[in-house]
Amino acid sequence: MTTASLPRRRRSTDQRRKHVAAYAFLLPFLLVFFAMLVVPLFYSGYLSLFRAQLVGGTAFVGLDNYARALSDPRFLEGVGRMALFLVVQVPVMLGLALLFALALDSGRVRGGKFARLAIFIPYAVPGVVTTLMWGYLYGRNFGPISQFFEAIGLGAPNLLSSDTILGSIMNIVTWQYIGYNMVIMYSALRAIPQELYEAARIDGAGQVRIAWSIKIPGIRSAILLTIIFSIIGSFQLFSEPKLLYEIAPNAIGTSFSPNLYAYNLAFTNQDLNYAAAIAFLLGFVIMIVSYVVQLSTNRRERGGAR
Amino acid sequence: MTAVAERKVVRGATRPSRRREGMAPGERGSTVLTVLIWLCAAYFVLPLVWLAIASTKDNTGLFTSFGFWFAGDFKLFDNLATLFSTRNGVFGLWGLNTILYSVCSGVGAALLSTAAGYAFAKYDFPGKRLWFAVVLGAIMIPTTALAIPTYLLFANAGLTNTVWAIILPSLVSPFGVYLMRVFAEESIPDSLIEAARIDGAGEFRIFAQISMRLLGPGIVTVLLFALVETWNNYFLPLIMLSDPGLFPLTVGLAQLQAASEAGGGASAQFSTVITGSMVSIVPLVIAFLYLQRYWQSGLSTGSVKE
Repeated sequence: MTTASLPRRRRSTDQRRKHVAAYAFLLPFLLVFFAMLVVPLFYSGYLSLFRAQLVGGTAFVGLDNYARALSDPRFLEGVGRMALFLVVQVPVMLGLALLFALALDSGRVRGGKFARLAIFIPYAVPGVVTTLMWGYLYGRNFGPISQFFEAIGLGAPNLLSSDTILGSIMNIVTWQYIGYNMVIMYSALRAIPQELYEAARIDGAGQVRIAWSIKIPGIRSAILLTIIFSIIGSFQLFSEPKLLYEIAPNAIGTSFSPNLYAYNLAFTNQDLNYAAAIAFLLGFVIMIVSYVVQLSTNRRERGGAR
Repeated sequence: MTAVAERKVVRGATRPSRRREGMAPGERGSTVLTVLIWLCAAYFVLPLVWLAIASTKDNTGLFTSFGFWFAGDFKLFDNLATLFSTRNGVFGLWGLNTILYSVCSGVGAALLSTAAGYAFAKYDFPGKRLWFAVVLGAIMIPTTALAIPTYLLFANAGLTNTVWAIILPSLVSPFGVYLMRVFAEESIPDSLIEAARIDGAGEFRIFAQISMRLLGPGIVTVLLFALVETWNNYFLPLIMLSDPGLFPLTVGLAQLQAASEAGGGASAQFSTVITGSMVSIVPLVIAFLYLQRYWQSGLSTGSVKE
């Protein structure tokens, strides 16, 4: 526009000045990004190709560590457990978050603003404190759940046995993150133009119909975002089992989740190379699952448009 | 460009008055929905109520009284005194460490993300698309997969067991860059930058004196996200630090809990752990309630603009 009237030489030095400025703004971030993210990532991949020998340092073993991991029942059980966690906990958590968001967005809840805050507040509690707190709530020493069951004459349920611990952890994670997901969905709902609802209402659509046909499709990308974040989060489960180990060591063990397994391998067994392979493989699983989910929702969208 | 800016302003001005919490004309609150939502909200609040009440009891009180009501003696101040005096008052030190780590990481991550996001939003430069794709892809990388290699790199550099081991890895926030790009695209009109250039302002002066000001709310949002992430981080400090004097609250509390569990039911430390948990969440809960509009704007920008 204004630059068009300037001599060409002036314009190109202008251009170069802008490129330099852009890279100057970008450079600090990129430096830290490389040092703290890219280098460790490649270092992890590098480490995973070696094995520590009893005598004489480390030896290059190619993909042996990966082969070992893929036939290691403790790793596979951990991944399976996280997959079960994903299939059960994530739909429950996101389904409830969506229901809460729709209910609050409909404006038919009295005191909705305070309800929204109440549901969101667990997100402010550090995961460590959340787990310690629920550990006490579940516990038989002075946990209110046990107190309640004993008061009505039933035996206290053992919520920290090897059969129940996965469900107990699901409850902890759900409690902590429903509000976060709800706020993402709620904010997206608030951005849908009001006129759409009015048109639907004139056509005689009820609240449920509006929610199903306008609101939920309208916040598709927000829902997808919560799904992806939840997938990444559940596979990385660490602090909950690590902390509950102290009060229920037998139910958790040392390989409850792949992350806990990698931690124990690295810092208890000193098998850093194998731990790096596990961590790398876990990251790979997460990327594949996130990618498949994204792909399948995209296809569904195209199918729906037809 | 001005037309777009104008539309944004109009939209921003009308949005709050568009509807009263989504209430359509002639519709009223639904009692069934209200009761249901408030029952659910109770599930989110009650554990925290239990924690608050439990922090007023000593160990005997915990075992002999009902969880959701006070014991005969009000021991909160005794518990606080014990908490801050055990092991020469190390708990206070943990609190200060947490504040130090979170503030440094939060401010650093916000500045790096702001500059990078601004470059992506407001400049065309060679490699822009590639770099942005790399940053977006990095959001998917599970951070815990990086923790072990990062630990090894820091160990080689002799940086484990220092504050840098916590702060440096927390400075990278790819999601922050993404958010700041969206914020910058929305809130800084190109015409304004162009006008400043014509007036002879340099690129850095424009950034520091004009753009940073317009980006204020966005910077606060990214700062809060990074701050809370560091405040809640457990895995990284757990593996990086071995000196209890450097622990943040999360690792310190976990260690206190492990010690109290190892001591068995007879140990006098349950009340200390519970009071410590209570004390460590109070600042965050207050900050959340006070700054909630930033949360909402951050989460909605992230999801709507996906």
